[in-house]
Amino acid sequence: MNSVPVRVKINDVWQERTVESRLLLSDFLRHVVGLTGTRVGCEHGVCGACTIILDGVPVRSCLLFAVQTTGCEIRTVEGLAAPDGTLSLLQEAFRDKHAVQCGYCTSGMLTTLTVFLSENDDPSEEEVREAISGNLCRCTGYQNIVAAVLLAAERSRKKEGVANG
Amino acid sequence: MADAPSAGTGVGASVLRNEDARLLTGKAVFVDDIDLPEMVHCAFVRSPHAHARLKNVDVAAAAKRQGILAIYTAADLGDYWQPGPLLVPPPPIEGLVFHPRTQVPLAKDKVRCVGEPIAIVVAIDRYVAEDAAGDVVVDYEPLDPVVDLEKALKPDHARVHDDLDGNVATHARQTKGDYATAARDAHRRIRRRFVYDHGASSPMETRGIVAQWDRKAERLTIWDTTQAPVIIRNGLAGMLGLSEHQVRVVAPFIGGGFGPKMMMFYPEEVLIPWICLKLGRPVKWIEDRLEHFTATTQERSQIHEAEIALAADGRIIGVKDEFLFDTGAYNPYGLTVPINSQCTLLGQYDIAHYDSTFTAIFTNKPIVTPYRGAGRQHGVFVIERLLDIAARELGIDRAEIRRRNLIPSDKFPYEQGIIYQDFTQLTYDSGNYAPLLDKALELIGYDDFMGTDHSSAARWTGKAVGLGLVCYVEGTGIGPYEGARVSIQPNGKVLVATGVGTQGQGHFTTFGQLVASQLGVAVDHVHVVTGDTDQFHWGAGTFASRGAVVAANAVADAAKIVREKTLHHASEHFECSTEDIVLADGYAHVAGVPHKRISLGELAQRANPLRGAVQPGTEPGLEATRYFGPTMGATAAGAHAMIIEVDLQTFTVDIKKYVVVHDCGTIINPMIVDGQIHGGVAQGIGNAFYEQLIYDDQGQLLNASFADYLLPTALEVPTMEVAHLVTPSPLNPLGTKGVGEAGAIPVGAAFAQAVEDALNRSTGDTVEILEIPLNPERLWRLWQPGSTSGER
Repeated sequence: MNSVPVRVKINDVWQERTVESRLLLSDFLRHVVGLTGTRVGCEHGVCGACTIILDGVPVRSCLLFAVQTTGCEIRTVEGLAAPDGTLSLLQEAFRDKHAVQCGYCTSGMLTTLTVFLSENDDPSEEEVREAISGNLCRCTGYQNIVAAVLLAAERSRKKEGVANG
Repeated sequence: MADAPSAGTGVGASVLRNEDARLLTGKAVFVDDIDLPEMVHCAFVRSPHAHARLKNVDVAAAAKRQGILAIYTAADLGDYWQPGPLLVPPPPIEGLVFHPRTQVPLAKDKVRCVGEPIAIVVAIDRYVAEDAAGDVVVDYEPLDPVVDLEKALKPDHARVHDDLDGNVATHARQTKGDYATAARDAHRRIRRRFVYDHGASSPMETRGIVAQWDRKAERLTIWDTTQAPVIIRNGLAGMLGLSEHQVRVVAPFIGGGFGPKMMMFYPEEVLIPWICLKLGRPVKWIEDRLEHFTATTQERSQIHEAEIALAADGRIIGVKDEFLFDTGAYNPYGLTVPINSQCTLLGQYDIAHYDSTFTAIFTNKPIVTPYRGAGRQHGVFVIERLLDIAARELGIDRAEIRRRNLIPSDKFPYEQGIIYQDFTQLTYDSGNYAPLLDKALELIGYDDFMGTDHSSAARWTGKAVGLGLVCYVEGTGIGPYEGARVSIQPNGKVLVATGVGTQGQGHFTTFGQLVASQLGVAVDHVHVVTGDTDQFHWGAGTFASRGAVVAANAVADAAKIVREKTLHHASEHFECSTEDIVLADGYAHVAGVPHKRISLGELAQRANPLRGAVQPGTEPGLEATRYFGPTMGATAAGAHAMIIEVDLQTFTVDIKKYVVVHDCGTIINPMIVDGQIHGGVAQGIGNAFYEQLIYDDQGQLLNASFADYLLPTALEVPTMEVAHLVTPSPLNPLGTKGVGEAGAIPVGAAFAQAVEDALNRSTGDTVEILEIPLNPERLWRLWQPGSTSGER
């Protein structure tokens, strides 16, 4: 079994391990580093549950090998709330709009949408649906997730408005 | 958020969920999150053939791989190898033919579907286990598979079970009235062949099991994605030769259940704990998505030859139906699915004569057990389509023909005269159907739609628009029973423990609401434990839309008793009458004298003295355990309406509007109920147009991945409007009815009607849609002149 070193920054902390070259990034995060918040739904890149943010871009961690990420910066769902535990605006909106049922798709939704909202702070409903079209949910029928995103965007704009005077 | 006054947190309040913080931050623990020291991992060798004799299994090469601890086949299990239990014995139907055949832990002699497990490899990690599984050499003698339902009944056809004369698993007929005689005088008889195919539940989390044996405590802990932890505990304890108290089954956070996680004693569930005891190390098996398509149960098709007899005014005289049902390679779940179809066909309608026969057929495909709707979809489809055809042939508006047949609101309880899945005589406890129809018509804009000419628009845009409107019932809240223990902790928080598990439906919150309002505490001060047999070990599980009825009533009753005890202790403490005590904000205080108060936590401590004597009959603490078992199920009902647009070139569809009007009795948390309906409709949309398990004539599933088995995304599921009417159930103190499956049940029927309506409006031709699922290619074919639906 060949062993390859990996050095990757995850949620602002550098992690160094030695792993097999064929170890999936999803398995690395969950079982080597111990960050189990990233979920695995299909391992063939369709469901989006395993989505993490890699150098600012949402990607499927089931379609990457851990060793490919050396030198990169990863943010997982565990890194979305503030260090003191305060939920992000998006996480709070998910709660306020009942956008979570079983929670299994939630991590992937949050990472995908965190990037989306950073690029589009006033999305239309269609744009939100398009943004999550690569994240399958079997429980919510999506409508409360869409409502949560729109609410988060609105709250964010209000906050910016206040901040900007 | 904390310490909200109890008035806004009881029944009927849309309280935000207690469990969300953990799920939103990735802290919630699902089975695959459990990593234990020394844990080993399993992978299966599964049959690639739908039907074959097993001549030899050679594990020698596989066992040589570095990192392999053991490889087991059926022979290695010795006496432990046995077919699983029959989970649902057949109801007492006269003249019933029933051949139970259940699944085995590892195949011996014969494999009966693709994916059936043959050997299990135990290794230091899953990657190595899969490497070794690929090294196992199995010698098969392929046999002709049983795939087509109608061919399966022919004599001399291949047989799934060699010890039976054919492939019939069940033959059951239920009747009421006398259809043959009554139909003779009918003004019109309409007969059609319907095919309804339901698919794989596909929760985002697949199944998984972790087992750990504590050698010193002599206790086995099993984490399992099961909807029935108590029954799994009891069964496994028995099988493994342990006492029940030595086994703890924990159903942690589960990423969607939908029914197939209620199937019990799956081969994997039976094997993993056994291997754990044998090796003395924790053992994990997590199903991957490919396995899930064959190793987890699913639903599939029914073929109905149905006839409706009507009077000239559209009143139903009776229905006769004969249908075939694909039960798969084994039938541990008995008749549940087809009986649901049989009963639910009667719907909201006053039907005096009914003659329904079904034949369940063994096939060389995965086991069929309930998936959200559990066969109700099929029955609803048949009756709703028959009514639509009748409406067209008799020249009666489709809403009107339904209205004329609704069971009047003063006819409840309404006895249907046939037996339901809970073995009772099917009786609708309560209902008020006409207002559901009226509300659906209003919300969808029925008159407006019907008064508009859509055909010219279709010629201009190339898109045809149609409307679908269907009515349905959902039998919910069946027994046997559930229980709950409520106790006020010394720290003032309230603990609720119940045996049911949770897969996203919000039990941590809804059960909390019931307790919060009784005890005057904030909902987030109520800590609900579900699915842990160490905390509560009685009950049946989460299935068949019964949590809000059966478990909730047990919780409410236990809370009521705790309230009484609390009032009693407080009244003793303050030396006043219990009527003078108020429970609010976590305290018991004297009415009108707020500073004369004691916290519930302190009261709980005082109720558990460390010294002194107590009165005979005293129970310590502020705690109560109660059970609830309904006499029969409670019938929920609703109407769905939709407007759909069909592209006449690509035959893709776009749902422009979707409306649900539902009556599930008393609603504990409207936000959570609506969420259940949204999710059900989304699965219904998948069932209607995007999902289909496609098997070839060799029993091979051709689309065993999400790339080809299409789950609806946010682009396919519209925003829905949901309205509620409330007819409380007289069968339980809360007045609740279940709602988990409601969204999924009528969608196929609504879709077929709406698409048919769209196609017919655009051309004036008559396309009849008698099948679900549809898809663009199928619609295009039906659009061709001379084609017939329902032929497969």
